Amino acid sequence: MGSWYWWMLLGMAVVTYLPRAIPLTFLEGRELPPAISGVLRNIPFAVLGALIFPAILYAQPEDLLFGVIGFASAALIAWLGGGVMGTVLGTIVILAVYSLLAG
Amino acid sequence: MQKEGLAAGLKAGLTIAIGYFPVALTFGLLAKTTGLTLAETLAMSIFVFAGAAQYISLSLITAKVDPVLIVLNTFIVNIRHFLMTASLNEKMQPDARWKKAVYAFGITDETFSVISTSGAGRVRTSYAAGVIVLSYASWVLFSGIGHVIGANLPLFLQAAMSIALYAMFVALLVPSLKGNRKIVLLALTAAALNGFFFWTELLSTGWAIMVSTVVSAVAVEVLYARRGNVLRRAVERKEGA
Repeated sequence: MGSWYWWMLLGMAVVTYLPRAIPLTFLEGRELPPAISGVLRNIPFAVLGALIFPAILYAQPEDLLFGVIGFASAALIAWLGGGVMGTVLGTIVILAVYSLLAG
Repeated sequence: MQKEGLAAGLKAGLTIAIGYFPVALTFGLLAKTTGLTLAETLAMSIFVFAGAAQYISLSLITAKVDPVLIVLNTFIVNIRHFLMTASLNEKMQPDARWKKAVYAFGITDETFSVISTSGAGRVRTSYAAGVIVLSYASWVLFSGIGHVIGANLPLFLQAAMSIALYAMFVALLVPSLKGNRKIVLLALTAAALNGFFFWTELLSTGWAIMVSTVVSAVAVEVLYARRGNVLRRAVERKEGA
């Protein structure tokens, strides 16, 4: 690349780090109003919903069925108590078999 | 009550490490085809540590976009972490500011999801450190390996592994859904909104996730606060009667 690449990297590192660090350091030891902390406690579950859907359907952009099978397998294994690692590995195995058969 | 520490954190981080493996490998390969040296590729994974932003920067570099705009785009894509770390701050044990400034660097969609759903009560700093260390190591190491040897896995396995991070998100969410209507509502509302933004192409992915999350978290909180008020008034009427 060139020296511009390293300047760009510095910029990328700074603008990625600041949104991560500011809330954790500035809010330390501060008591937020109950309404705000209620909303903040909701965020992990809301963000998981948005991270999963609809992106999981397009895990293989050209094969929608791949995403649907992956989604259904992961949900089923997790529901049956497979745990995080069991769900991840189980879903990979199911889709590996599917990809072998379909590919 | 002492919650889980470093060992449990490392164990939870292993799932992310496995999920990052194919994504980082592909990043390394793409970086090489974009023309980045091994040092430039590793440096990006070491100093930025943000999957989506790194991928996007490669395509922008290829398109010869002004580096200033690439930095700006990185900011827009990653601003959602602001929301996550504000939420995480409510969940983490109080600790020295410098320690929080250090582990803040390691907060990604994945490490945030794992740390913030790790059961009731405050999360120990050592647990977060464990989750982050393995995730980061996997991301940096496999970016480098991807650059050096390419994505050399059999194709069917590469395809299958592309589901790993999503499967992890599902596995983190599903157990919390059981018997908790509020969590079901939170996840469904955010997913529906995000789907709407995706299919109408109203917002880019980073913004869509952030707006869907905020709207869902606020709306559900308002709904439950109202319901709480209605219930309280009903109880008061009963007591008054």
